[in-house]
Amino acid sequence: MEQHTTYSDVTHADTHGGGSKEIWRVTIILSVLTIVELLLGFWMMDMDPESFLKHFIKGVIVVLMLAKAFYIVAYFMHLGHEIRNFIMTVAVPMGLFVWFIIAFLADGNSFKNLRNEYNPEYKERTTTKKAPAENEEAAPKEEKKAEQQ
Amino acid sequence: MATTTATTAPKMWGGGKSPFNVEYGKVMMWYFLMSDAFTFGAFLIAYGTTRFSANGWPDPNKVFRSYPLSDVFHKPLPLVFVSIMTFILIVSSVTMVIAVQAGHAMDRKKVVRNLVWTIIGGLAFLSCQAWEWTHLKLDEGAWWGTHPFNNSNGTIGHQDFTNFFFTITGFHGFHVFSGVIINIVMLIKTLRGDFDKRGHYLMIEKAGLYWHFVDLVWVFVFTCFYLI
Repeated sequence: MEQHTTYSDVTHADTHGGGSKEIWRVTIILSVLTIVELLLGFWMMDMDPESFLKHFIKGVIVVLMLAKAFYIVAYFMHLGHEIRNFIMTVAVPMGLFVWFIIAFLADGNSFKNLRNEYNPEYKERTTTKKAPAENEEAAPKEEKKAEQQ
Repeated sequence: MATTTATTAPKMWGGGKSPFNVEYGKVMMWYFLMSDAFTFGAFLIAYGTTRFSANGWPDPNKVFRSYPLSDVFHKPLPLVFVSIMTFILIVSSVTMVIAVQAGHAMDRKKVVRNLVWTIIGGLAFLSCQAWEWTHLKLDEGAWWGTHPFNNSNGTIGHQDFTNFFFTITGFHGFHVFSGVIINIVMLIKTLRGDFDKRGHYLMIEKAGLYWHFVDLVWVFVFTCFYLI
């Protein structure tokens, strides 16, 4: 465990520049971002699910979520205070997520469109309002749903 | 290394010191967290793909609107309970940051105090999640394999809604649980003076990284399942 004494003066040096002030500043930022997200969530609750505005608000919420992630990683986890090359070894692989998300969501969407086009029975079954009432389970429909996948 | 030579580029990978000026254990914790991030990311992206491929999906505001005693008050309030859970986790992250900072200053009492608050926060979050699961299972009949919630377009509920919900929140809850255990171990070691003896509180910092990761994942889970 000799390594620890080698590093102790390194880690107690200025790699951790965050003071109490910075912690409270970031806490407030995170709280504000969360509250804004929740307010947007409440606002869009009763909107038409197909409307452009609702989709736009969802996009805004996603951006706010990414901002929260940045603040937690950079300041709470102190990655922002580390050596730049180290930040890169963490941040660059995370960049893979950008394509990961785009590709899979586009794939899911394409699958839906193709299935609706070539399986009209499926489309009719999953878009026609048939459920008896809210939260009531309809027993005869269960085996139809079981066939679906 | 009081006598460090000026140039870093040729010396950085020469051996004998960490090229990133970061202790080995901390580097490894970061890389473990990256692997865990990909696991959670894969789960969440699978959820997104399934949702994008579906014609209908339950409305989370209709599914998640209970809180303890909500049946007594007869007033469903969507988003309220999960907001409380989110703030509990954020606050526990803040107390963890303060504990790590106190560790740098070798302030044992302050480390203990903030670790205790972090542990309490973690337990509170787990209690809330346990209540949520219990309510969903017993009052709504939701579980892996059931689909009691209808889609927002009026069709029979998508069969993977509950599957994804319980799998992902369960996997996350398991991480919170293990994080609480790790923090309790850290607390015991701090109380015993192990870190004072060592001369540094680096272990607390590594445990802190894990705890912040848990909070970070919740930010994504909460947004994907409850908000959008």
